[in-house]
Amino acid sequence: MKPNDVILQSVTKVAVVIIFTFSIYLFMNGHHNPGGGFIGGLSTAAAVVLLYLAFDIEKVRENIRIDFKKLAALGVLIAVCTGLGGVLFGEEFLTQAFGYKELPIFGKTELTSALIFDTGVALAVIGTAVNIILSISEDR
Amino acid sequence: MHSFYIILFLPFLFAFIVPFLFKYINKRIHTGWFVLFVPLTIFLFLLQYIPIVAKGETIEYNLPWIPSLNINISTYIDGLGLLFGLLISGVGTLVILYSIYYLSKIREELHKFYIYLLMFMGAMLGLVFSDHIFILYGFWELTSISSFLLIGYWYERKSSRYGALKSLLITVFGGLAMLAGFIMLILMADTYSIREMIGNAAFITNHDLFIPALILILIGAFTKSAQFPFSIWLPDAMEAPTPVSAYLHSATMVKAGIYLVARLTPIFGGSSIWFWLVAGIGIITLLYGSFTAVRQTDLKALLAFSTISQLGLIMSLLGIGSLAVYFGPGESGALYTVATFAALFHLFNHSTFKGSLFMVVGIVDHETGTRDIRRLGGLMHVMPVTFTIAVVGGFSMAGLPPFNGFLSKEMFFASVNDVASAGIFGLEKLGMLFPIIAWIASVFTFVYCMILIFKTFTGKFRPEKLTKKVHEAPIGMLVSPLILGTIVVLVFFLPNVLGEYILIPALIPVLPMIPIHRDDLYITAWHGLNPELWMTIGVVVFGILLYKIVKGWIKLFNHYPQWLTLNHFYNRGLAGTEQFSKNITNTYMTGSFRHYLKYIFVFFVLVLMISFLFLYGFQFNFSNHAPIGIFDMAVVIGVVAAAFVVLFTSHRITAIVALGAVGYFISLFFVLFQAPDLGLTQFVVETVTTVLFLLCFYHLPKLRKNIGKISLKLSNLIISLAMGATVTILALAAFGHKVFEPITYFFENAYELAGAKNIVNAILVDFRGFDTMLEISVLTIAGLGVYILIRQSSKRREQSNETE
Repeated sequence: MKPNDVILQSVTKVAVVIIFTFSIYLFMNGHHNPGGGFIGGLSTAAAVVLLYLAFDIEKVRENIRIDFKKLAALGVLIAVCTGLGGVLFGEEFLTQAFGYKELPIFGKTELTSALIFDTGVALAVIGTAVNIILSISEDR
Repeated sequence: MHSFYIILFLPFLFAFIVPFLFKYINKRIHTGWFVLFVPLTIFLFLLQYIPIVAKGETIEYNLPWIPSLNINISTYIDGLGLLFGLLISGVGTLVILYSIYYLSKIREELHKFYIYLLMFMGAMLGLVFSDHIFILYGFWELTSISSFLLIGYWYERKSSRYGALKSLLITVFGGLAMLAGFIMLILMADTYSIREMIGNAAFITNHDLFIPALILILIGAFTKSAQFPFSIWLPDAMEAPTPVSAYLHSATMVKAGIYLVARLTPIFGGSSIWFWLVAGIGIITLLYGSFTAVRQTDLKALLAFSTISQLGLIMSLLGIGSLAVYFGPGESGALYTVATFAALFHLFNHSTFKGSLFMVVGIVDHETGTRDIRRLGGLMHVMPVTFTIAVVGGFSMAGLPPFNGFLSKEMFFASVNDVASAGIFGLEKLGMLFPIIAWIASVFTFVYCMILIFKTFTGKFRPEKLTKKVHEAPIGMLVSPLILGTIVVLVFFLPNVLGEYILIPALIPVLPMIPIHRDDLYITAWHGLNPELWMTIGVVVFGILLYKIVKGWIKLFNHYPQWLTLNHFYNRGLAGTEQFSKNITNTYMTGSFRHYLKYIFVFFVLVLMISFLFLYGFQFNFSNHAPIGIFDMAVVIGVVAAAFVVLFTSHRITAIVALGAVGYFISLFFVLFQAPDLGLTQFVVETVTTVLFLLCFYHLPKLRKNIGKISLKLSNLIISLAMGATVTILALAAFGHKVFEPITYFFENAYELAGAKNIVNAILVDFRGFDTMLEISVLTIAGLGVYILIRQSSKRREQSNETE
């Protein structure tokens, strides 16, 4: 018998969008307000897990064609590379830089290398969390 | 950063491109052609230093790496380093050229091969040019690791894995001993720089740690350079592809130990223990290697033992040369300087003739499909060019003119004759042993050289015993050994060009205190009818005699008891230690998760409580604490209640949910204490963990409460109470101490320092960015580990289902 989870699926469809948006907000805002790569990544992972819970794994996999193992590795790679970026400019490893630029639409914006580093953190967290949960849930 | 560093790191940098070259271009062009350019560039680059170094100057470069720990990649180029650098890059070029024809581009995993080879090349170059002793050590171990990978390149073969492991165990054992020796050296000299250590040599000599440091460092050098009794790894290392044997296990890596002994001679030389260990072990190795080589039937094994023997020769020459440090400037000092000079000369010669011989054996193996002397013979007419190179290399190794081996062999005889009359360190009585052993070993050397050449290339050609149709090797494969063979002959006729530009500059850093007399170091082929020449004539006469009757006496080897061999001791020792550690491990690795938690908790409590007692950690200061509000109380009650539910429930799902509740209550704490970041993180982590638990729930057995005896439960209760008490005490005591500088500065100035108003984020990505980077690496590795473990077990289950 197929379980009837129409309500869960309907709610998920809406909720996932909200969670994703909130995750991005958390991630982008992390520099000055509560949030950051780790939390942003984790809440994204939570949303993905919710998708997996509400719909079956095959269906989600067809629509999100991401290998989360590779995503995690990519995150670590990005983090290490930003660290090396400092070395290229004669600074020590992992020296972060920041500056302020006038951008169209956004106005005066702070640009930091820390944000790229944080992207790496977020990707690593998403990749690993989803990867672990998927591995365990697939093990039947 | 000076261009020298780019050249120095070029092998490592290029290794990153190799997989792509292999994947996309290898179908058309052999990957080796691209790799070839690396050693060639390095070789050409290093050539420019020859005129500078020949003037006796040295060049130093410095690249800060971890300045806060005083670790810098400081390098300097002097004659000794340059001699090795040129050998590494020069022989490297030839070996890679050779490997292009030796390794099939269709069948072999070339990318792995060349990455390992480049890794080795870079490590070896770093080793000989670095001045910082820890950097040297790091590169030293890297050569062991790359050697391990290269020996195990054909890892499907059991013998390859055995040989690789053996070499790693022995050389890394020596490396660790050497590390201890280095640390003592640093303690004595109070510097990391090898040159400064040499400057402080007088201070080191009278130190208590002098002899322990000396012995430990020599263990490192002897294991690497395969000196008796550590030599047993080298024959098994011959499982590597022949280009590797030619490069690592005869021309370069095994000479790292010799490099170290030469480099440290100014510090340790002049003491009797150094002389006896280096010269004594060296000459024993010379005899052992040549004696054992004679009985080998595998051509590569023969060459391996011959390498051991030749390394012993060079080592003993260095030992004899260290007497110059004892005598100091003067006539006697100058006399023993010649021995060191001969060591460097023979080191160069050995790289040339042994390299060419290895390549010859590789060609024979490649074209006939076997290296067994008993199946080979009569190849002279089929492979005339290969035969010519073999004669050149073999006669040079035997010490015959007109090849370079003759010159250095004569100088070796001269040195052992000199040492017999040195009259110090107990040499008055034992000195005569040196020329006698050297002469006997040389006779055997002559015999195995003849076996190598004539058993393979003359006699009856028996194609029926060979699996392949034999023909001469392709020209590309012959180029490298031909070049080496040409050098062998050229050096005989023009030895002083080499001496003037390479060897004398290399001699200066080994014996900096001795003024160089160029007349003494002038190499000539003809000295008149002196004892050395008579010794050589004796070697040839007796060698030919013994070779003629080799069938008669070689059977004597079979009477040697098998259980007395070094290999037997190694195998027994290894099996014994494995069994021993297995027994210990089995007593506590029970497979029960509860047991493991118990070990962790007991260890945690004991270590923390004992160190707390000794460090007077029990200081409590509650004066600065905030008052406890009503909300705090409520949350605490919630946590405790949820925890009790976990303890007493009989359903696993209730326990999981209750555990989640504990987590959510704690995130409430963070909210109460105005730490939104932590609160948010805790909240999301708790959610994801609960989902994870619910997923695992499927796999777990039913919760059974009433297992175990009362005594077991009681001990569990005590452990958990102790654990809780420890953590509580730790948390409370943490406020009573002001051991470290407060980090408020970072908190207040986060915006100026990191451009971030959120201090938590600034800490994560900037102030402690290194931590974060390593944390996510660990996280990712753990995730992959979970994936692999589950995949493996489910795969195994599928397989067992299929077999059923």
